[in-house]
Amino acid sequence: MTRSVTGPRPDTTAGPVRPKAPAVRRHDHRPGLRRLGTIAFFLAPALVLFLLLVIVPILVAGYTSLFKWNGFNLPEDFVGLDNFSRALGDPIFQGDLRRGLVLIVLSVVIQLPASLALALLLNQPLRGRAVYRLVFFAPYVLSEVTTAVLFTLVFSPSRGLGSTVLGWFGAAELGGSIFADPGTVLYAVFFVISWKYFGFHMILYLAGRQGIPRELTEAATTDGASGWQVFRHVTLPLLGPTIRISLFLSIIGTIQLFDMVWVLTGGGPTHASETLAVTMFQYGFRRFEVGYASAISIVMFLLSLVFALLYQRFVLRRDLEGALTTRGVQR
Amino acid sequence: MRLSRRSLMGLAGASAGAILLGACSDDAADPDGAQTINWWHIQNTEPMLSVWAAMAREYEAARGNLTVEIQPLENEAFKTKLTTATQAGSPPDLFQSWGGGVLRQQVEAGLVKDLTADVQPWIGNLLPVSVEPFTIDGKIYGIPFDVGMVGFWYNKDLFTRAGVTAVPATWTEFLAAVSRIKAAGITPIALAGKEKWPAHFYWSYLAMRIGGPTALQQAGTDANFDTPDLVAAGTRLKELVDLAPFQKDFLGADYSSPDGQAATMVNGGAAMELMGQWAPSVQASLAVDKKGLGDKLGFFPFPAVDGGKGTVSDVFGGGNGFAVGRDAPSSTVDFLRTLLEAGNQRKSAATGAVLPTVRDAVDAVADPNGKAVAASLAAATGFQLYLDQAYPPALGQQVNDSVAELIAGSKTPGQVVKDITTVAKNQ
Repeated sequence: MTRSVTGPRPDTTAGPVRPKAPAVRRHDHRPGLRRLGTIAFFLAPALVLFLLLVIVPILVAGYTSLFKWNGFNLPEDFVGLDNFSRALGDPIFQGDLRRGLVLIVLSVVIQLPASLALALLLNQPLRGRAVYRLVFFAPYVLSEVTTAVLFTLVFSPSRGLGSTVLGWFGAAELGGSIFADPGTVLYAVFFVISWKYFGFHMILYLAGRQGIPRELTEAATTDGASGWQVFRHVTLPLLGPTIRISLFLSIIGTIQLFDMVWVLTGGGPTHASETLAVTMFQYGFRRFEVGYASAISIVMFLLSLVFALLYQRFVLRRDLEGALTTRGVQR
Repeated sequence: MRLSRRSLMGLAGASAGAILLGACSDDAADPDGAQTINWWHIQNTEPMLSVWAAMAREYEAARGNLTVEIQPLENEAFKTKLTTATQAGSPPDLFQSWGGGVLRQQVEAGLVKDLTADVQPWIGNLLPVSVEPFTIDGKIYGIPFDVGMVGFWYNKDLFTRAGVTAVPATWTEFLAAVSRIKAAGITPIALAGKEKWPAHFYWSYLAMRIGGPTALQQAGTDANFDTPDLVAAGTRLKELVDLAPFQKDFLGADYSSPDGQAATMVNGGAAMELMGQWAPSVQASLAVDKKGLGDKLGFFPFPAVDGGKGTVSDVFGGGNGFAVGRDAPSSTVDFLRTLLEAGNQRKSAATGAVLPTVRDAVDAVADPNGKAVAASLAAATGFQLYLDQAYPPALGQQVNDSVAELIAGSKTPGQVVKDITTVAKNQ
């Protein structure tokens, strides 16, 4: 991770001084035996909790995913990687991956740009700006379950608020059907996710936008840049780190999506809105096929982990080192 | 790790003498010692919520030194919570059960107490058909307090308005009645498509009528659902679905939510629903006037299918019962016996929410529809437990899933039996 970025740093050119300075520093930082004890003492509780609550469950899930097991007593029927190959051939599992991808693409193409647009709008001097910010951020404060219950009422098959509102535009029929039609239900779920999370991304962008020094945009305007040009060449690049983090959170969240879908639709009708986590729950708690459910959970974990590592390695690398733009990165 | 939690606790706090007792089984524990019975049930709405509570308080008062801790849970929440508890090896002392394949898994895991010897003196008071789902390999692992069957509940006013004068006795007549009701501008059937279990009733009944009362048990035993009779059940169900008989957006509807199946039925939004003996009380709790359809509500059994091997008197249904956890205190079985006394069963039956399993309490059923169900059940020539309880959980859920796909039009009758067979073979 450090290989390619050391180039431009000044201390590499200071040849003769090099051996001495680091030696002194290293001596300063070498922890004494007592310091090590202190570190261990304060680190131990956190480390024990992390082991018990994170590492051990992952290892247990990995272990049980190798068995055909209904969850009672101890797993005995060792099947190797059968559960994983079964998942790969399972149309519902394949559907989960496809639906997850659709949700991610929709988020990237619709939800995040809309949040960005709103953030920039609310950055303008505007009467009642604080109120708007609060109103748009409010849904994020609600829990996922509360949000989902709310929207089951809105899109209830009969007498829902959705039907009433759509009725004003002569489309009352749509109100209740949106969750009942396999063709629309996934988009309906996306709508609810966006409703809840766009405010969160908006606040991120707003904070990022306010971190951009005013002189930069002013200078660009003075040089004759149009509004679009200022956005394209100054605001957007400087918002880069914020956008990359928001994208990361959005994608990881989508891979693990459960509560909202479970309450809204239960994954139905006919699996049309089912996600990886919902399938895992179905197998673990409804069908008592805990081995298979463990395999699905391991796949979810690996997807998140691989994505997180690659994203940090290739996309967030310069952000993590404190660089402001992606300009001039040597790839 | 065979040492149970209870005996561990006993060991921890005990004197030298008590250690000996604690090391023995729970039955040997001091009968005068303080005991707590943990009771999980799903009658989380009135009237049964307070009926059960009153019986527990009465028992506590009579026994002294004993506490019954009740946890009323919602159906789905109960299933999830029980799964977690049983998989952790600590089932509650007394808990709701429907018998069948789910109970069998718990029994095989050694989590449920064998009650055969304990209940011998009084099990004869119960209707034998009600005990059957709780009998596994000849031993009794649960006691039913309610037994009933699934059938068509219909709105007499809406039938009359559509000009349907006699209740349909055959599938052909049934389809004709549905068309007629639809033509009169009335929704023929309310269905909860979001919850899949109400839809599986249709396919199961058709399978029984076409293949005979034991067709589904046979298919489960053979792990083969790909038979001409079961394909025909799907084809016949497709005939109904093609008439578009269900309420608008039924695929998004729950059973007992304010816009679900029962509410649609009770508020006049549909002419009938296929549901168990609890339907009238759920309808009433969701009615705008809290009363339900009353005299307007009628009941008829699932129609026969021409040329089928089954008859109208073969019933599909099941009961609600209680099983006892392996570490339950010694009083639990006695408490269960008290709940099943004729007097207490009459109290439960009088609410209209329970069809009693004790013979002497059957006459306490006041509602005419309840009586009709009880009479059909008493005259039953064949019995099939709900498939999502009768089969192992994975198979039962697959039946629910596949029938839902058939009704939604995404799978053919042939694909449905193939999918179910695949899961059955994997059990």
